[in-house]
Order: sequence, then C-alpha cells, then structure tokens
Amino acid sequence: MAQALTRAMRDAMAEDPTVHVMGEDVGTLGGVFRITDGLAKEFGEDRCTDTPLAEAGILGAAVGMAMYGLRPVVEMQFDAFAYPAFEQLISHVAKMRNRTRGAMPLPITIRVPYGGGIGGVEHHCDSSEAYYVATPGLHVVTPATVEDAYGLLRASIASDDPVVFLEPKRLYWSKADWSPQAPAAVPGIGKALVRRAGTSATLITYGPSLPVCLEAAEAAREEGWDLEVVDLRSLVPFDEETVVESVRRTGRAVVVHEANGFGGPGAEIAARVTERCFHHLEAPVLRVTGFDIPYPPPMLEKHHLPGVDRILDTVARLQWEN
Amino acid sequence: MTVQELPGAGASHRSTPPAWRPRTDAAPLLPDAEPYRVLGTEAADRLDPALMRRCYAELVRGRRYNAQATALTKQGRLAVYPSTVGQEACEIAAALVLEEQDWLFPSYRDTLAAVARGLDPVQALTLLRGDWHTGYDPREHRIAPLSTPLATQLPHAVGLAHAARLRGDDVVALAMVGDGGTSEGDFHEALNFAAVWQAPVVFLVQNNGFAISVPLAKQSAAPTLAHKAVGYGMPGRLVDGNDIAAMHEVLAEAVRRARSGGGPTLIEAVTYRMEAHTNADDATRYRGDAEVEAWKAHDPVELLERELTARGILDEAGVQQARDDAEAMAAALREGMNADPVLNPMDLFENVYAEQTGVLREQAAMLRAELEAEDQE
Ligand SMILES: Cc1ncc(C[n+]2csc(CCOP(=O)(O)OP(=O)(O)O)c2C)c(N)n1
Repeated sequence: MAQALTRAMRDAMAEDPTVHVMGEDVGTLGGVFRITDGLAKEFGEDRCTDTPLAEAGILGAAVGMAMYGLRPVVEMQFDAFAYPAFEQLISHVAKMRNRTRGAMPLPITIRVPYGGGIGGVEHHCDSSEAYYVATPGLHVVTPATVEDAYGLLRASIASDDPVVFLEPKRLYWSKADWSPQAPAAVPGIGKALVRRAGTSATLITYGPSLPVCLEAAEAAREEGWDLEVVDLRSLVPFDEETVVESVRRTGRAVVVHEANGFGGPGAEIAARVTERCFHHLEAPVLRVTGFDIPYPPPMLEKHHLPGVDRILDTVARLQWEN
Repeated sequence: MTVQELPGAGASHRSTPPAWRPRTDAAPLLPDAEPYRVLGTEAADRLDPALMRRCYAELVRGRRYNAQATALTKQGRLAVYPSTVGQEACEIAAALVLEEQDWLFPSYRDTLAAVARGLDPVQALTLLRGDWHTGYDPREHRIAPLSTPLATQLPHAVGLAHAARLRGDDVVALAMVGDGGTSEGDFHEALNFAAVWQAPVVFLVQNNGFAISVPLAKQSAAPTLAHKAVGYGMPGRLVDGNDIAAMHEVLAEAVRRARSGGGPTLIEAVTYRMEAHTNADDATRYRGDAEVEAWKAHDPVELLERELTARGILDEAGVQQARDDAEAMAAALREGMNADPVLNPMDLFENVYAEQTGVLREQAAMLRAELEAEDQE
C-alpha cells in the first residue's frame, strides 16, 4: 500500500504542476513511513518540501497556497500529531468554501496515518476519524486495499474540496498484484463497495478493520453464517445506498471500527441504517468498536482492538432463530 | 463614503507621535555570539572539584545507560529508545541544577534527565517499553510525564511555576525541548506567557542538529535559537551543550534568577545527536559520517575526563569507580527489564475517570467475560 500511495502522489505531481507535497521529514527522508520517498528528488524541494516542525503552520500555509491556486498535499506525521493543526482545519480548511459563498474552495489533501495495531508508543496510534467526521466541510476517506490507496488518493488530490485522507498504518505493508488505473477509472470518493457477498448479515466497516472483518466472515462459515462485508472507503460522503441495499437484503447489520464506540462513526451509521431499514431488520444494529478509553499502551492494545472473536461474538447476538 | 470623505482624511499634516521607548532594553537579553564554554578555557580554573567529580560520575552512568537502553531495543525488551548519546551533559546538568522541590518537564527524549534526577530507571522506561504510558507518580518525583507531542509540555511548565509563585512556594520549573520543537506554536506561547508573568521557568533547548531528518537550517532562520528569547523579553543564553561545566553554570544561573523573581531564561545548548533519531530511524539517509566523526572529537564525557585528569581532580581510581558504578546501574536495569511486566488488561478501564461511567462498566464486563473464556480454553 505504501508504494501505491507514493505512486499516486508521483503521478498527480507529474500531471499537474500545481500539486505540492509538504510536511515534516517528507523530503530527504521520504517521510517516517517513506510514503513520499523519491518525490523531492524527482520534483525538487519546492514541490516536495520539508517544513519546520509545526502542524498548525503547515496546514495554515497550505490554506494560503490553495488560496493562490496550488493543490497542497499535506502529510501529518501521525494521527496524534495532527491535533495542533485542528484550529486551521476546523476554523478555516473546513469552512472556507462556505464562508466565501463558494468563491474560494480549498483543494487540500491532508494525509494522516491513523489507527493501531503496530505496537506504537503513546500518541502514535489514535483512531481519530470521529473528529474529522464531525466537522462539516471536510471529506473523509480511508483506503483498505492497495488499489484503493492509489485510486482514492488520486481522487482526493483531484477534488476541489479538502479531503482528510486517513491511511491505516497497519496496512502500509500490505501487498497486492496491482497496476495503477488510469485516473478516469478511479471510482471517485463517496462510493462504498461490497467486498464479500453474503446473505445472513452485513458487516459494515472501513480501513484497518476490513481485513479483520473478511477474516471473521470466513470464520463465520463454520457457524453457518454467510456474512456480507461492506467497505465504506469514504466516511464523508457516506454511501447510504450501498449500505442500505445490503442491510435490506441480509436483515442484520454490525458496524465494526477501531475508534471509540461512544460518539464514533458507528453510532451515526447504526442510526441511519435503523432509520432506513427498520422494517427489514431482524435484530438491532450492533457495533464492535474500540473501548472508550485513551489509546492503550502497545502491550495491551490487542484487548482494545476489535478482533475476529469479538466480531463473531457480536454476530452471535443478532437474534438468530436457533 | 470614499476615502477622501472620511473624517480627517486629506488633512495634510504629519503629526509627531508621542515619545516611544522599548519596554525592555534588548542589549542585555541578547545571547553571546559564541556558545559559552568552560572546559579548556581559563574559566576552568574556577571549577568546583567535588561538583565536577559528581558530574563525571553521572556522565559515565548516563553514557552507560544509553548503551544499555539501546541494547534492550535490540533484545526486544524495549519497543523504542531515542538515544541521548552525545547529549549526556545537557541531560545530567538539567537534573543536577534542580532542588528537590523543583519540577522537571522532559520531552520524549529526556529519559536520562529523569533518571539522573533520581527516577528508577525501569519506571522511567515504561513509556518506551510499552507497558504503561507513565510508570511513575509525577508529583512524587516532581517530574512531569515524558511528553511525546512536541513542545506541548512547555506551557504546563509555565503554568506550574506560575501557580507555585502565586502560592508563595519556592519552586522553579525546568522545561526541555528539542530544536525542532521550537517551531511549534506551543513553544512560542509558553515563552510569551512566561515572560509576561515573569514565571520562574527555565527553557532548555537541546539543539542536537536535527529534528528526525530535518537540519536546523530548515527549521529556523534565526541567528541562533537563543535569539528567540529577546523578542519575548527574556534573556537568551547560548552554551556548549557538550561542556557539562558550562551547562551547569549557565543552568544554575538561570535557576537562581528564576528563584529570585528575575523571570524566565531561554537556553540553547549546542550539541549533537550521535545516533539515529531512534532505533527505527536510518540516519544515513540524511547525513554523512564526516559530520558525526567531527563531533566525536568533542565528546562530553571525554571532554570532562581530560580536563579533570589534567588538573588532578580525577585519577585512575576515580575513573574506575565511576565505570564500576555505571556497570552496576546497567546490570540492575537489565535485570529489571528482563522481568516480564505483569499486566492486568482490566486496568484499561481503571483510570479513565475518577468514577467509572456506565459505558465503561459495560465494556469492562465484556472484556472480563472474554478473558475468562480465554482462561477456560
Ligand atoms: C506535535 C508533534 N509533531 C510531530 C511529532 C513527531 N516527531 C517526534 S520526534 C520529532 C523530531 C523532534 O525533533 P527535535 O524537537 O529537534 O528533538 P530531538 O528529537 O532532536 O530531540 C518529530 C517530528 C511529535 N512527536 N509531536
């Protein structure tokens, strides 16, 4: 996935001279996860820039650059280090189009490595998606596959609106046979995808939890459950049609994500599914999420993260007949 | 209304503004052009032998501590360790200048300063080992939790020092940050608050040349980082961070100033990070060996050892004694870290709030059931 992300930025920079990458250590080092590897060499330091260490400054400067016609792609080093930039994000990035009555859209892509499962020390593993989702004016997307990493990042950079592009850290090293699609073939943001067809219940998920859900769906066959798995890919906009269509067919739904449950994206999704599918549901919409605790130290994170067992235990509660 | 019609517009006169004076005379606030040095200069004649022998012992221990911690990462006993090899003089001096009632606000790299202040080495490493975020009671040791979000602990230091003064307590806060951290907004806000409140705070910037891969030149265009102090109205001191005698003197002076109501000081220690950012970093991507080699000749431990030996303050027995003590510390650290930490997953819910919420009680019950089911398997 890491290489697909690099390739997406490279291709976007080659096609469009207004695309600029910037952030901490993105130049010579190629980023702490090496996602910007080689970009400074190929496009020069003016197009791929090591900034001073100041997230509010990075994003604030990106606002000005976008106001002047550039397309900044900003790297936040880790989920928890994006927080100093929230003032800029919430007060300006998210609101500029609206404040200027459409005169000044901000085509900024904000790449944020997020989520757990890599044994990172404190402040390196937050599941911060709920903060972004709660802010009107931002698109929030997250790839779960190598192909989507490329396609969604291309679409995000091409978007005239600000996009928070959440990169699941633990999927950085996932591999797949893949070659970059032409930009025209990119699905665009806002489309969910049924990753596994099934008839008994729908698992609704995204990003780092997709592989866990697919594994759970395989394991569920032993119990006689044929689970469908929907990968949202985009949290805002939310592809309600794909989700609703699936749940109406299966009659049961579980939302799975790493972020805290209370006030997490799953709460919103469960509410919407209930509103639209009430008469089709055999059971309440359930959630499997991280606990409502500050992200735990690495030695305990396995107890916090939704795993296959916890998903299957929850599926078991879906009021099956037997 | 056009500009011409605005009241007062167009009246062509040049008024003389009221007399203007700067609030503070900038001259005494400006740092020296060269980092302040003691070792190898005439100033070394004034060295206090007892203090220097203590510094030496701590430096040797610090070097050994760094080596041991790095070895523990290779054995998988420590998830990550940001080494302070080359920076030991800064770490040790920061710990030694403080009185018991004072507070240290370390950044994520400053485990050694916390240990030199007396914190148990194993407790100091829980953050980096991964078993708990902070393995000690900050109040007990007057050491704030090691801060990973850069520069965010600096306003805390200001607030604590301010509060202590409001309460009439004799407390100084010493806050540490890297060169990269000086670019963060929190750094600037902390300096400004400290100066306006005349809070008893000392800011110590360890300029070790890099923020991960980014060299100082891409971080700041100021003549020195110490110059940043002047704009906020506090003195800035530039000091050789590998010269522990100079570090101790400058820090002690700043602490005295703070203690006596003279307000904050910003100190830039010029030093060098001899190893990679952490064991996970590949420093060859952004720097060459020549630079590292040049700094080797200015090693903080050797610098002091040479001076003290030449002056007869330290003899072979003293050197050996320091090394033996350091070995004992390393052995204790190894032993402490080799024991597997006993963790109770239920602790995850213990300290989120003073009183557990209903949601957390539910989630705790769920985890307990899972753990019991696992036990039965
Ligand atoms: C707010 C914030 N942004 C980014 C990071 C990621 N990060 C950790 S260490 C580091 C470099 C720090 O450099 P410096 O302040 O010079 O301290 P040093 O590591 O050299 O001691 C960065 C960017 C962080 N910890 N906090």
